[in-house]
Amino acid sequence: MSSSVSSQSQRKRREVRLSDLIFFHFLRGIGGLVIGLFLLLIYFLYKNSQPILDLQGLSFFWNPEWSPTQDVYGALSFAWGTLASSAIALMVAVPLSLAAALFLTELGPKWVRAPFRFFMEMLAAIPSVVYGLWGIFVLVPYVRTVIQPILRQHSDWMPLFSGPPFGVGLFTAGLILGIMITPTITSFSVEVFRSIPPLYREGAMALGATSWETIRLAVLKPARAGVFAAVILGLGRAMGETMAVAMVIGNRAEISFSLFSPSATMSSVIANEYAEANLGLHLNALVAVGFGLLIVSLIINGLARVIIWNLTRFRK
Amino acid sequence: MKSQTPIFVRVSFRRKVKNFLMLFLIASLSGVALVPLFLVFYHVVKSGFPALSWNFFTSLPAPVGEPGGGMGNALVGSLIILGLASLIAIPLGIFGGIYLSEYGKGKFAASVRFVVDLLTSVPSIVTGLFIYAMVVAPMKSYSAWAGALAYAFMMLPVMMKTTEEILKLMPDHVREAGLALGLSRWKMILFIVLRGSRPAIVTAVLISIARVAGETAPLLFTAFGNRFWLDGLSEPAPNLPTQIYSYAISPFEQWHQQAWAGAFLLLLMVFVVNLFARAYVYRAGGRK
Repeated sequence: MSSSVSSQSQRKRREVRLSDLIFFHFLRGIGGLVIGLFLLLIYFLYKNSQPILDLQGLSFFWNPEWSPTQDVYGALSFAWGTLASSAIALMVAVPLSLAAALFLTELGPKWVRAPFRFFMEMLAAIPSVVYGLWGIFVLVPYVRTVIQPILRQHSDWMPLFSGPPFGVGLFTAGLILGIMITPTITSFSVEVFRSIPPLYREGAMALGATSWETIRLAVLKPARAGVFAAVILGLGRAMGETMAVAMVIGNRAEISFSLFSPSATMSSVIANEYAEANLGLHLNALVAVGFGLLIVSLIINGLARVIIWNLTRFRK
Repeated sequence: MKSQTPIFVRVSFRRKVKNFLMLFLIASLSGVALVPLFLVFYHVVKSGFPALSWNFFTSLPAPVGEPGGGMGNALVGSLIILGLASLIAIPLGIFGGIYLSEYGKGKFAASVRFVVDLLTSVPSIVTGLFIYAMVVAPMKSYSAWAGALAYAFMMLPVMMKTTEEILKLMPDHVREAGLALGLSRWKMILFIVLRGSRPAIVTAVLISIARVAGETAPLLFTAFGNRFWLDGLSEPAPNLPTQIYSYAISPFEQWHQQAWAGAFLLLLMVFVVNLFARAYVYRAGGRK
């Protein structure tokens, strides 16, 4: 934590030297600048989405109809796309990340952990647009020619798997998102697992628990809240992710319950339509979608941070 | 972490089997988690490397149908945007980090820290919207400046946070020793605390640049892209990520190849920077 020197000077900030005083106010100014930037962000997004919100109010977010040609705007289908693709992403990412985090903290031999960690970091560092490119030319054809026909063959009657095989759609987008958020959830889970005292594990083992029972009782159970926070942070990342999703989701403003139907998310619609929306209500509607996305991301991340903050407070 | 079987209690067969199965599941799932990394690398290298040529680095994009052409303009544009963004965000981020770590108690600093946390969770596409509304719309033109500001907006909170964390690792007695020598506080902070953390800070800077270099969403409607050489900082600026994006979603095979080549360069850079950062920290740590 912060130094005793600075904490002492905090109580009575009477700098002896003028140079120190200037330095302190300079630094504080940067702090103020950061807060100012955040307020500007809120202000500009609000101001630019105001026309559409004044016109439609919050019903903007409940209205499923989106057709810029008729100047009708409703964001519900994008909210649905974001929710559905993020949910699929979590289903993919949570088991993988938990396994990877357990491997990194509990199971893996020491010499494997370092390279494993490095590979995880690389996975996190691959730019979104590269994932998107890979998605378009590798994953989409694979989903179209392999995964989709198999699923349709065996369960054509289920609305979940219905629809023509485009390859693009919710499923592909969710899969890519799942790959992209795995490193996020993994690294936070690793921190959570590390923060559990070794005494727990030793206790479990001393009672005769097998390795798996030790993990279940002495690692997973006490880490539940922390893992939940890690998952939420991953969710936040999935919801804000743009490029890869915009490239593989098919971009259709429609609410559909099939995994394979083209859809659109809040971020992908902004990326796709912004260039052509140079004036008027269309632009405002897109900014309003972005504003909604921002608010949701802030809430989700705030929630995760509160949980983590609570955990570390009690640990200390 | 093997379980020791006590002499007098036998672990039941069922528990043994379950233990084995679960451990196997964990190990194999964590292996599966890395499969996409190798797949992406494999495809990007396979399709991207052959498409690289001298032309790719030096020439303008060719019109559809004409062979050759490159992304020279996009590479230069990207470097310029990254350079401008770094000039803005890195000094601000480092000094902001100093503020949080050295003067970080009190309500004001706590609210700054809170806002920094909020800013790191702003989706990149929203950053693009913000800079569009604040810079592009009033100036009535997409520009390299706007792109740089969008990048800087993303780098600043990350730089502040990592700098704060790095400086906090410096033990207090070092600060006290500096003050005891009669140094003024700002000299102590800059020449002892900051200087002493140089390797870690350099690494943080490199990684934050590499992180942001592939970001596309904030550039879509700020720098926008351009098929010609950058012609002044207030003009729409060509850049690698949006060029890859527009080529990837185009219907032309030749453009696809160029997109792969661009992706190969991006990946190569990210990979090298990460390796280099690692090696640098390792060496600096070893020297101590």
